[in-house]
Amino acid sequence: MAKKLLLEKAHVEGIRYFDVYRREGGYASVEKALKMEPAAIVEEVKKSGLRGRGGAGFPSGMKWSFLAKPEGVPRYLVCNADESEPGTFKDRYLMEFIPHLLIEGLIVSSFALGSNRTYIYIRGEYAWIVAILEQAIAEAKQNGFLGKNILGTGFDCEIYVQRGAGAYICGEETALIESLEGKRGNPRIKPPFPAVKGLWDCPTVVNNVETLAAVVPIINMGGEEYAKIGVGRSTGTKLISACGNINKPGVYEIDMTISVEEFIYSDEYCGGIPNGKRLKACIPGGSSVPILPANLLLTTAKGETRYMNYESLADGGFTTGSMMGSGGFIVLDEDQCVVKHTLTLARFYRHESCGQCSPCREGTGWMEKILMKLENGKGEMSDIDLLWDIQRKIEGNTICPLGDAAAWPVAAAIRHFRDEFEWHVNNPEVCTTQNYGLAHYADPIHVPA
Amino acid sequence: MIKFSDEQLKQVQELVARYPEGKQKSALIPLLHMAQDTRGGWLSAETMDEVASLLQLEPIEVYEVATFYSMFNLQPVGKHVFEVCQTGPCMLNGSDRIIAHIKKRLGIGVSETTPDGLFTLKTVECLGACGYAPMMQYGITYREHLTEEKVDAIIEECKRDNHG
Repeated sequence: MAKKLLLEKAHVEGIRYFDVYRREGGYASVEKALKMEPAAIVEEVKKSGLRGRGGAGFPSGMKWSFLAKPEGVPRYLVCNADESEPGTFKDRYLMEFIPHLLIEGLIVSSFALGSNRTYIYIRGEYAWIVAILEQAIAEAKQNGFLGKNILGTGFDCEIYVQRGAGAYICGEETALIESLEGKRGNPRIKPPFPAVKGLWDCPTVVNNVETLAAVVPIINMGGEEYAKIGVGRSTGTKLISACGNINKPGVYEIDMTISVEEFIYSDEYCGGIPNGKRLKACIPGGSSVPILPANLLLTTAKGETRYMNYESLADGGFTTGSMMGSGGFIVLDEDQCVVKHTLTLARFYRHESCGQCSPCREGTGWMEKILMKLENGKGEMSDIDLLWDIQRKIEGNTICPLGDAAAWPVAAAIRHFRDEFEWHVNNPEVCTTQNYGLAHYADPIHVPA
Repeated sequence: MIKFSDEQLKQVQELVARYPEGKQKSALIPLLHMAQDTRGGWLSAETMDEVASLLQLEPIEVYEVATFYSMFNLQPVGKHVFEVCQTGPCMLNGSDRIIAHIKKRLGIGVSETTPDGLFTLKTVECLGACGYAPMMQYGITYREHLTEEKVDAIIEECKRDNHG
């Protein structure tokens, strides 16, 4: 059984309430951290090797160290709980079952960064979780862990929960800041980065829910001990939300040393594929990371075992690898159609494009239309190349990474499953009712020029 | 002109106090949620104008925000709104079947409301319940692991609720 740092106590009866959480050792990291120098806390997080759990995987301690500290200007910590990447539902799980862990992490992090007003920006649809978080905040305040002069240290901190209203783009940190300021979620041009000019033009750190929760075990055990868990630059534990065609969908905390094969087939995790079906493909890190066919998912192009960590999942780059991303693990069995699945993702990105940059605003719509043609047996061979061409022209040509996020799933689907797209063109009658199957696995990987 | 109740105005003040002095515009999205929840599930131009005056904003600042976010309805909706997810993971688990079943049961298409004003069907993009697919949002909660039978039960529940 892998070591759990975040969800160990998530199923203790009543853990949602302060008294039980406290009895189970909760808020010890606040007591410890508030006796430390803020800079020393940042140092521990740096030593831990913690990487942003929202998707980008940027070293959190380094991000914290970039925060500007001009005299007399407030600094803000904002928790990104706008979890919206298809396949991802881990933050929801953490907030729903063990909300005090997030609040505890937020208090420590707010102290480290000097934020006296900290906001949790949560996606609007998670409406019932707002009440859970606000209850936890009220309890923490009643017990002296929030509010004025916390634990007699002179540190003041308030945490507020702000609901979004249905916009994937607000998970991008500058769009989130715009939204928190009461505007449309249009990402800002960087630089300046939020660390210098963020919320209300003040220095701001935006971190994912899981990242901030991980600060609790880091302070409790020390950064060096935390860094010993895992492998290489994939330190600590990671929450993986597994879904699609698996026997046991759900949220799993893994210590990044297990293989992808074990994760899918072991009863401790996904429990294999239902009805004895074979594995066809998987998107291992949320909808925007490249889809991989079964052979490249379980082993790298060199034939080595692939593991559930940042480096191994990325082995082979985008040609034969993928990314850890947000940990949204989507499994497709042999009955699934890659063209149709890609179409649903293209529709998602068209719907969620903020419309600010032409390549993304126009390109996502074109991709959806062409995929719709192909899926419905109305496509032509040239459509596949056109699709490839459009995604190439979106990638890297937009203000924020949503453009890349929209381009990558389409690129990877064509790269690895071009045969299936061609089959749709060649079999316009059959393709709407039947599936291509797994035959093309014997073929070499196609990389369009 | 419709007015917010005293209780609501107190809530508005509490909301505004969450932000630094002069940054009351940040209360806009929470306030639009509050308005929509208490005024039949949608935002009329009149409601948005009132929100604008409460926060000392120009009406256009409210319209441009309300039109950006998919949770805000700018047209009247039915009493019960079913928002069914159709993105990848839900599709893999049969969301097409669920949407088709609701259409048949209610006799309406997507983005339509039944003539009696009881039900509206919407399709939405990923709501973060991928492991519990197929799913839909109904009210403030999620209904997960949907089957045709479960959908029927929810529809009956709504109808009972309406007579009760």
